[in-house]
Amino acid sequence: MNKLTDIWVYLATSPLLWLTITLLAYRVGQGLFKKSGGRALFNPVALAIALLAPLLLVTNTPYSTYFSGAQFIHFLLGPATVALAIPLYLHWARVRKLFLPIVAGLVSGSLTAILSAMGIAWLLGGSSRILLSLAPKSVTTPVAMGIAEKIGGLAPLTAVMVILTGVTGAVAAPSLLQWLRIRDDAVIGFAIGVAAHGIGTARAFQISILAGAFSGLAIGLNALLTTLLAPLVVRLLHLTP
Amino acid sequence: MIGAMAVLLAFQLIGEVVVQLSGIPAPGPVVGMVLLFLALQGYGALPDTLRTTAETLLSHLSLLFIPAGVGIIQYGTLLAEEWLALTVALLVSTLLSITVAALVMQAVIRRSSEKRRDE
Repeated sequence: MNKLTDIWVYLATSPLLWLTITLLAYRVGQGLFKKSGGRALFNPVALAIALLAPLLLVTNTPYSTYFSGAQFIHFLLGPATVALAIPLYLHWARVRKLFLPIVAGLVSGSLTAILSAMGIAWLLGGSSRILLSLAPKSVTTPVAMGIAEKIGGLAPLTAVMVILTGVTGAVAAPSLLQWLRIRDDAVIGFAIGVAAHGIGTARAFQISILAGAFSGLAIGLNALLTTLLAPLVVRLLHLTP
Repeated sequence: MIGAMAVLLAFQLIGEVVVQLSGIPAPGPVVGMVLLFLALQGYGALPDTLRTTAETLLSHLSLLFIPAGVGIIQYGTLLAEEWLALTVALLVSTLLSITVAALVMQAVIRRSSEKRRDE
């Protein structure tokens, strides 16, 4: 028994353990998603987080210890963002033809995301800290964290909000868009990407490669636009943390 | 695959350097994406290894969000205090922005195709 404790003490602080467990949790999440027949509610990210969070709490593992292992996965968000250039290159002809609709969808979607999140939280009595952390919630994680820092939100809380937003979008978007009678994969993908960044894009790629490409395009464009808009909105509303 | 990974990382690195030097308020990886896209346009072809590596990475995009998402465990008290504002704002705002973006984009596509028919 003592030996087991020793092994645990050794492993619990090494990056190997939590890196491995994160990958396993993702596999389990994916497996459950496939077993459910691809049901949106069985979102692999949400399932993996729902497995990992209680595990950390039960084993009394601080997030910093967990992240020392999981950071190797987190790091890949950078090159993955760069890799979005590839679907964009492959679908450039279609993107160029839809230049005006893309700009219109981007600006309207991005503004709606920032203003409605802050507005609703404000109406429900959210603190200004929450409002500022919510503002960049529709942008991909590393970018959103940077924006939150700049405008006075809590960057790690923003990361969590970003992921919950992504999961919400991935779960709800396909049926919502069907209900709105949107059938163009370019529009479907773009709308998902503007509102629900990478997690939405993962879902959009399951709809079609074209939807995924437009979703990826939307991540990049919205990252740029929200970087410009969020500080502006905060200044106009005279918000301070 | 290693070569392709090196290309992606190199463009991210260039992106970070460009941001630091120019003060563009955009994140490094996004600038890297734009630069890689321009480079591919200039080169005029997409190497197979780069394509497969990028597609593999993007097909597991959701995995990459898990470490940050687990960060939720740090905010037990905050979430307990402000869960209502957070949950409603998240849900409604996300659905609303998908709806607005999709309807606006669809409307502009329809209008421009009608215009083309009229001409």
